[in-house]
Amino acid sequence: MNHLTDEQFVLYYYGEGDGSPAVRAHLDSCEACRAEYANLLRVLNVVDSAPVPERDANYGVQVWNRLQPALKWGRRPGLSWLSLSWLGISFPARQWAAPALVATLIVAAFLAGRYYPKAPAGAQTAGQVRERILLVAVGDHLERSQTVLLELVNAQPGQSLDVASERLRAGDLVAENRLYRQTAARTGDNRVASVLADLEPVLLEIAHGPDRLTPEEVENLRQRIEGDGILFKVRVVGSTVRRREEKAAPQNAGRSTL
Amino acid sequence: MELSDSVAVAQARAGDSGAFRVLVERHSRNLFRLAYRMTGHQQDAEDVVQETFLRAYRQLAKFDDRATFGTWLYRIAANYSLDLIRSRKRRAAQTEPAVEEGAPDPMQSLPDPAPTPDRLAMSGEVQRKVAAVLEGLSEMERSAFVLRHYEGMCMDDIGRTLGVQPNAAKHSVFRAVQKLRRALEPLVSSAS
Repeated sequence: MNHLTDEQFVLYYYGEGDGSPAVRAHLDSCEACRAEYANLLRVLNVVDSAPVPERDANYGVQVWNRLQPALKWGRRPGLSWLSLSWLGISFPARQWAAPALVATLIVAAFLAGRYYPKAPAGAQTAGQVRERILLVAVGDHLERSQTVLLELVNAQPGQSLDVASERLRAGDLVAENRLYRQTAARTGDNRVASVLADLEPVLLEIAHGPDRLTPEEVENLRQRIEGDGILFKVRVVGSTVRRREEKAAPQNAGRSTL
Repeated sequence: MELSDSVAVAQARAGDSGAFRVLVERHSRNLFRLAYRMTGHQQDAEDVVQETFLRAYRQLAKFDDRATFGTWLYRIAANYSLDLIRSRKRRAAQTEPAVEEGAPDPMQSLPDPAPTPDRLAMSGEVQRKVAAVLEGLSEMERSAFVLRHYEGMCMDDIGRTLGVQPNAAKHSVFRAVQKLRRALEPLVSSAS
């Protein structure tokens, strides 16, 4: 019998294929192939030992705590989500709070225009207007998020902090953020999508935290915001969005044209 | 008495949030491990875990009772991980560098995850090499390899999860192992 092929080694290792007994027999009798197989085992053992960051025993509880606000149990799961499937977007009914509703309408108008263009000449103008509306909304969203983050970053060290109003604002921002993030990802605006993805867990943490934070909790949040560079990223992308918004603005018309 | 997955799923479908909580708490850590191995990033892995349960919740009515709930979750997580990997690659290709704004890209300054006993036990060079090779695999190779090697999924399930024929899944695993061998064998041999 010829020596075993690389593919046979791999299939044998994973117990795949029909040749296992024949491969086993060959390995028993062929020193070269045994050495080759031992090399494969060494490599895969090293791959096995590549570390994965540990999550403690309470991780499932933490996931649940983050997840729970987004799950609505008033109706049966799978039926309680209003789904704009034609947009590829779905969200829970109770999140139709005013800010999220406005965000939803902006995104819906933008995507509807994007996917169902009218006559070519008019569509270009309408598309630019829709894009500008969305940029204004995202810019505004980033500014409001920045305000919430700044409250925490600028808090007096070593003191507890009342964040009841920031919590409420963060709650509104979470629903909007998710929607804008999905839209940005869908339209290929990856930089905006990436920043919104970074921002979302922080907003969630604030929204679902207590009204008053202990000095340690404030410090933890501050470290998280600063360590991940979230505030900086929000600023940079916010200013980029603003510049794009200005470029998209009509030369000879004010906001009244919207 | 511990609630089985199938009973918990049935109760969750009937609107019992406590039953869904049992499922979340039971499967979160495994999902995180899978997602981390697929994406190679902690934050992405966290997003995958969160999004997987959200999608599972929304699609609970569609879950086929004959399937294993854990495998179903893995399928959702693997697919979402692939979406993330693709969008990350697109971002890397398209994102304008932050230096345009006169400042370094904050993504570059993110700290490495804290060392674990495993990590300390493993030589830094080999570990970096493993990470680099895994990162360099194609989406399909990496996904198929992770599902086969770490999760022990059979080729049929991998094919179903990734939307390819089992044979294609097998070849992806094979190519992944070949690349790992080529890159790591010299290091492993010199260490032994």
